[in-house]
Amino acid sequence: MLEATSLRKAFGSLTAVANVSFSLGPGEILGLLGPNGAGKTTTVSMLAGLLTPDAGEVRINGRALRGDADPLKQRVGIVPQDLALYDELTARDNLVFFGALYGMVDGTRDRAIHDALTLVGLADRAQDRVRDFSGGMKRRLNLAAGTLHDPDIILLDEPTVGVDPQSRNAIFDNLEQLKARGKALLYTTHYMEEAERLADRVVIIDHGRVIANDTPAALTRGKGSLESVFLSLTGRSLRD
Amino acid sequence: MAMHAVRALLGKDLRLFFSDRRAVITAFAMPIAIASFFGLIFRGQSGANGATVSRIGVLMVDLDTSVISRAIVAGVSKDPNLNATVTSLDTARARVRRGAVPVAVVIPAQFGDQAGRAFFRNTDKPVLQMLFDPSHATERAMVSGIMTQHVMESVSREMFGGTRGRTLIDETLGQLDSSGLSPGRRALLRNMLASVRQFNADTDSAGANGGGITMPYTVRDEAVTAGTLRGYNPFAHAFAGMGIQFLLMTAITLGIDVLMERQRGIWKRLRAAPLTRATLLGAKVLSGAVIGTMVLVVSFAFAILVWGVRISGSLAGFAGVLVACALMASAFGLLIAALGKTPSAARGVSIFATLIMVMLGGAWVPTFIFPAWLQQVTLVIPTRWAIDGFDAMTWRGLGFDAALAPIGILLAFTAGFLALALSRFRWEES
Repeated sequence: MLEATSLRKAFGSLTAVANVSFSLGPGEILGLLGPNGAGKTTTVSMLAGLLTPDAGEVRINGRALRGDADPLKQRVGIVPQDLALYDELTARDNLVFFGALYGMVDGTRDRAIHDALTLVGLADRAQDRVRDFSGGMKRRLNLAAGTLHDPDIILLDEPTVGVDPQSRNAIFDNLEQLKARGKALLYTTHYMEEAERLADRVVIIDHGRVIANDTPAALTRGKGSLESVFLSLTGRSLRD
Repeated sequence: MAMHAVRALLGKDLRLFFSDRRAVITAFAMPIAIASFFGLIFRGQSGANGATVSRIGVLMVDLDTSVISRAIVAGVSKDPNLNATVTSLDTARARVRRGAVPVAVVIPAQFGDQAGRAFFRNTDKPVLQMLFDPSHATERAMVSGIMTQHVMESVSREMFGGTRGRTLIDETLGQLDSSGLSPGRRALLRNMLASVRQFNADTDSAGANGGGITMPYTVRDEAVTAGTLRGYNPFAHAFAGMGIQFLLMTAITLGIDVLMERQRGIWKRLRAAPLTRATLLGAKVLSGAVIGTMVLVVSFAFAILVWGVRISGSLAGFAGVLVACALMASAFGLLIAALGKTPSAARGVSIFATLIMVMLGGAWVPTFIFPAWLQQVTLVIPTRWAIDGFDAMTWRGLGFDAALAPIGILLAFTAGFLALALSRFRWEES
């Protein structure tokens, strides 16, 4: 469903992603892990078509992703690390707007909004302004906005940052439901326990390169927790 | 899908704009309030075709109280360009120093007699003292010119028929032998004064007025504007200037909004959609132009309904200038979004740039007040063309052809701003 092949991206003299390859299939959750500055967000940005790789390519359903207006982008949903929502608008108006960017209109759009808000438990808050939402509610609405247009592939960039355990669990439930519907999910996080709970497979990158790619069970076999494995692979020195 | 997305982006920007009470007040209420204030200030200074003329305040101090000095004060008091008040020397000096009046004229003692004698002989001229506020040098010059008329009329009227004038002529004739003039010039002056004395005697016997020197012409004012029925309406210029200023302020807000969208991660979501860059930025420019058009339409509608501003020129030309202004401002907003690093830094720099543009464009004070070299320099500023274009279509009452240059130049600025914005816009964030 999603293939990243030898992706490379540099910003001036800084090589953010040197050589990243992996694939993601339907109904699979892939945990993309790495220390700060490892290249996770740059990789996600290339997968979403926000950045053009200097080398390598992204293939979706067997076709290379090219250009800003490539219809293949319709098949990808992104849930950014930031709360990418308009605080001044209601939850529903946010979704109406983001749905319109994907050509969603009228009945189809209204059903999708209802389903998305129901999925994240915000159906009864549809007419409330986002500015009145708690951090956890905003995170859930952020997820709804990224999945509204029913994409096959959902890219989640640290979707649980700054939320309470209840909201985190609710988001996990949402992701498992999406997985059950056959969606392919790529999930970046710093929380190892999240990756252990959710991910079918874990890709660890550091200095822009893939240094591990396997199931959590295989990675941790005989080596303790995923965090121990992560620290042994990436080192204990502080990253900025 | 692109048109659908453009409509959605436009609708979103309008919703966000109208949900921000501060932005709405800034865009609609402030230009109306400030333009009304400026219009009221300048209304008193226009003057043509029925408008009230702002008269120059002048204090008259008469230390002479002669026939001639009283005639001068009377003439000045009736002058339509002056608002004269008779007062004492101390009061006059104090009021000018405080800035309460720009000019005071002091007629010294013996002024009438000395002026009468000096009227025929170039000696012993009396001094008319002008006390003036140094910040009102223009008014001083105007009062000085107006005084020339009244002094000449008063002195000559007295010398050609007045009782005191006849006495002065008799005195002058009696003192001619000791005047130090050459015999030839003395004879000429004697003949002339004798002729004046004879002229006065004949006037008495004929029962006619003596006369004296008067202004050999009168002035009829005609403001050359839209027509004879309507004159210069300072509100038209004020609303054009303030409309442009707050149009640009609104454009700054739109530009900052793009930076905010980038900062809040929304830009990523927009870019993730299958939309071209032209769609995303084109919709942003369109949003800015629509909001800008609304700002100007509301502003001018108020000016028309409340202050009697009329589009005396081409309506199509007015609409063209208005739309070109809105497009230029919107492109300016996009340029801010392209060049700005952070919202706060961009806001400061862009407000400074806007204030410079509107100041030099003539939004605050008309450009004809500027020095000639500055009037030429300001031709490179888009706001100058915008304001000139609105002036041409409103109170100047010019045809569509006069709107072509402003429209063309504003659209050229639009294209320039867009080209620069597109070349500098950060599509990819590191």
